[in-house]
Amino acid sequence: MVAPISRWPARLDVIQGVTGLLLVLFMWAHMGFVSSILLGKDAMYFVARMFEGEPIFGKPYPFLVSIVAAVVFILFAVHALLALRKFPSSFSQYRALSQHLGWFRHPDTLLWVLQVITGFALFFLASVHLYQMAFHPSDIGPYASSDRVWTGRMWPLYLVMLFAVELHGGIGFYRLLLKWGVFLGDNPKRNRRRLQKIKWGITIFFIVLGLTTLGAYMKIGIEHADRAGERYVPAAKLGGE
Amino acid sequence: MNLIPAREIATQETPRKLRITVLRHNPSEPDITPYLQTFEVEEGEGTTLFIALNEIREQQDASLQFDFVCRAGVCGSCAMIINGKPALACRTLTRDLPDHVQLAPLPGFELIGDLSVNTGKWMRHMAERVQTWLHRAEETISLDALEERQDPDLAEKIYELERCIECGCCVAACGTAQMRPDFVGAVGLLQLARFKLDPRDTREDADYYQVIGDESGVFGCMTLLGCEDVCPKELPLAQQIAYMRRQMALIK
Repeated sequence: MVAPISRWPARLDVIQGVTGLLLVLFMWAHMGFVSSILLGKDAMYFVARMFEGEPIFGKPYPFLVSIVAAVVFILFAVHALLALRKFPSSFSQYRALSQHLGWFRHPDTLLWVLQVITGFALFFLASVHLYQMAFHPSDIGPYASSDRVWTGRMWPLYLVMLFAVELHGGIGFYRLLLKWGVFLGDNPKRNRRRLQKIKWGITIFFIVLGLTTLGAYMKIGIEHADRAGERYVPAAKLGGE
Repeated sequence: MNLIPAREIATQETPRKLRITVLRHNPSEPDITPYLQTFEVEEGEGTTLFIALNEIREQQDASLQFDFVCRAGVCGSCAMIINGKPALACRTLTRDLPDHVQLAPLPGFELIGDLSVNTGKWMRHMAERVQTWLHRAEETISLDALEERQDPDLAEKIYELERCIECGCCVAACGTAQMRPDFVGAVGLLQLARFKLDPRDTREDADYYQVIGDESGVFGCMTLLGCEDVCPKELPLAQQIAYMRRQMALIK
């Protein structure tokens, strides 16, 4: 037998899937935490301090947020690097894809194209956000975040990023399950349709939640614009002082 | 499975006129640019596209090129793009199509002329590359000895995958195969899955990895699922590719 070829193609395929899965799970959880503002400023304040370790260490350590941002950035960079292998990379490949899409209106192929476009957009959008979180970790709170969104003019970025992340992650999650044949059971066609419905359900839920949440931060940001920079003091602390 | 669904055929008072537009090009006449030609055919009861095309060739234009052998969805020769979807002409009833039908040759294969493409050349190249035949370690087979017994359930599973007719629809519908001509396609991965299932094939996982363990093989598949959605034999392509991916990814 001839010498075996490299095991790396297998490893790269697994790493791309695992990093993608971790990122999408992180993004869904992230949206859950960010949307705590909908329960009130105190709820969001509590969540922000929790991630700075206050419940454990007694006082907040924003560098913990920087560490999370750095870890997410590494996952993101590895995932992006590996996903680049799948991008069309030459004129002939773009032409072949364009001709293919020209005659073949196939929903799942179009979903992949949407994933390529949103993935490309995320190279830029997510990098800006992660840099900000890594180097300004203490600027997270009911007023700090709202000021960043409105006075700091970050809302257009978040608005585009919301759609890019939720579409990319939702489609990726669905394709990852099909790619490895998970949850297909003994009736793959029926279960694929079910997965599709679940996928769209999750995506729509998070987009609606995200838009509502962004709206809430924008509203607070507008109201707080003339006092931008001032930090939120929770009701409990105000009462104690 | 493999039957044209029996449905009550409504008796029509005036038969429908079908307009069939064919993308025509003959590579042996490079001076003539590819063009669209429309034919009109009267639809009969149970007319398939294969019947309509034969009628055109017999009565309207003897130069129209297209392939067929079995006219029963078994030989895989008459695959073509029918209104933007790869399918077999002989298994497509015109009553399921609108009044205007557009036909084009399968992309990704060498064009012989009009709707005729050389899928055989592509399939042979793929088969030789990934070795889609039974490999046995023993050199000789005793013709006197009793044949090895096989579990009927396993035989059924192997037969299910054996139904592939190499029509090329999965390759035409695969965005990956269209962008990367060295990609093995669903047909190749399915056929290897079939031999992997077969205990008479003595190849090990490492042997399969040798031929499909890279991005022109199973790791090139981006799960666009075009293959799964167009396969005229309704083979479980996505499931089999996922199976090969798991096997190849877990290899030590």
